[in-house]
Amino acid sequence: MSAEPARRVVSLVPNVTEMLFAVGAGSQVVGVSSYDDFPPETKALPHVGALLDPDTERIFSLRPDLVIAYGSQTELENRFARASIRVYSYRHAGVDNVLQTIRDVARLTGHEAEGDRVVRDLRSQLDAIRTRVRGQPRPRTMLVLGRDAGALRGVYTSGGIGFLHELLDIAGGDDVFGDIKRESVQPSSETMIVRAPQVIIEVHSGDPPRADVLQRERASWNALASVPAIRNNRVHLLYGSYLMAAGPRLGHAAETLARVLHPEMFR
Amino acid sequence: MIRARLIWIVLGYGGLAAGACLLAPLVGSTHISLARAFDRSIPFADNVDAQIFFVARMPRVLTGAIVGSTLAAAGVVMQALLGNPLATPFTLGVSTGAALGAVLAITFGSSLAVSALASVPLASLAGAVVASAIVYVLATRPGRPISTMVLLLAGVTLNAFFSALILFVQYAADFTQAYRTIRWLMGDLDVGGFEPIVAALPMVLVALGLFAFLPRSLNLLSVGADVASTRGVDVGRTQRLAFLSASLATAAAVSLAGPIGFVGIVVPHLVRLMVGVDHRIVLPASALFGAAFLVGCDLIARTVLAPVEVPVGVVTAMLGGPFFLWLLVRKS
Repeated sequence: MSAEPARRVVSLVPNVTEMLFAVGAGSQVVGVSSYDDFPPETKALPHVGALLDPDTERIFSLRPDLVIAYGSQTELENRFARASIRVYSYRHAGVDNVLQTIRDVARLTGHEAEGDRVVRDLRSQLDAIRTRVRGQPRPRTMLVLGRDAGALRGVYTSGGIGFLHELLDIAGGDDVFGDIKRESVQPSSETMIVRAPQVIIEVHSGDPPRADVLQRERASWNALASVPAIRNNRVHLLYGSYLMAAGPRLGHAAETLARVLHPEMFR
Repeated sequence: MIRARLIWIVLGYGGLAAGACLLAPLVGSTHISLARAFDRSIPFADNVDAQIFFVARMPRVLTGAIVGSTLAAAGVVMQALLGNPLATPFTLGVSTGAALGAVLAITFGSSLAVSALASVPLASLAGAVVASAIVYVLATRPGRPISTMVLLLAGVTLNAFFSALILFVQYAADFTQAYRTIRWLMGDLDVGGFEPIVAALPMVLVALGLFAFLPRSLNLLSVGADVASTRGVDVGRTQRLAFLSASLATAAAVSLAGPIGFVGIVVPHLVRLMVGVDHRIVLPASALFGAAFLVGCDLIARTVLAPVEVPVGVVTAMLGGPFFLWLLVRKS
């Protein structure tokens, strides 16, 4: 293992790719995963598979000296280890873990100072949001990560761990499923009625749909008429890939959530 | 004689099913007050108990009853049609076709301009219809009995083929879509309102109505096609009716609640162990017992780990599997 900064990096983890670009290591990235589309520079790079289908041959042909893989890709890790290629295993966890990962990849690519700066900026961004909503009533919020189109079926929401749960907390909302210590929860209609969230926020990683579709999707919630969020018209559908990316854009995501939860504080 | 027995059995199993349907909405992950739920003086939007009872629990219990009874009855018909005790409503590819439809809707639905295609129930229904049509065209020849061997092979092959397509689509999907697909495949009775039930009900009723014409012919058919035809059964017609009605029942059930396994095989066998093999008894008894069974399984699914739920398909398999094995061992 050399301590030399990596010069040719292949990243199979989209949010880590974002981190690499954010710390100024973008020009060292020679390959990205099939799902990478941010920043736009990644579009021109070779796409070499992802969690389930890494194209090992392709990755080898890019002659990387650092491969960023998911922590669960141990088989892949062993293969690169045999070829003496460094592997950084990414594990998905909370906000602190995101910041640590930024520092790690900055160090591995020789951009330690920039990494520290990005982390400092992110921290102050998050602190600013926290300060802004401090003292405000914290609405009990259900953060919906997905459901079937046009119906309240297959709903799954953020549970009491993970970076989305933490962003909600920073943005000044109390997670209605905060007591369930899992990254995601699949509540039944009954559970949603009983937990009675005051605000419902749906986050979608895609582009916003047409206005009529948006209208219909929001109206799907009307079936749960007694839920305060629905009665008080506080169901929000948010669109954008930055909302679900555990990377340098999480400050932006936290601010979007805070604006929805506490619009009066952002006038 | 048979009529008296039928009446008793329908009353008995019907009582069980009705009991399950009446009891199940009273129990859940939370305690509700029935008096408050039925109190008309409180506006519905203010009445949480009524919301829980009428929006969360009633549709769910009804869906369980409908899906349980259609899958169980369809299982009986499939087993008789194929002359194979291992047949299930899913053997001939209907559910895999439905699953392919659902997976496509989940994965590509949001990018489609036509929003009807994004609807998972509609897409799965379409998939089920396409799958049954393919199997039907492959296995039937005008005026001739269906070869059950061809039917079975066509169904099994189609199952494998559609499964491969599902894997391919899953492979192209992102994490959240893949996750939702897996969840759909586990089955879910929480339909969140009466509309989906009303939409599926006509198909279910037609299928159950068609089942009513089948029992006598199925009795003879299970002795053998030759015997059946010498006793005046139009074998080809019976087979086609059995295939189409069972496929329709399965398509309706799967589009409503996903492919809930084990109901279609465990319930018919359990019922046969209790009441014998006469389809005039087995078919209605299975339909009623299937309703009670699935409502019961869902009751466990939504309470055992509350507030988190266990997918109902997991419960049916975990309860049905060992119980079924126990019965097999005890009987032999």
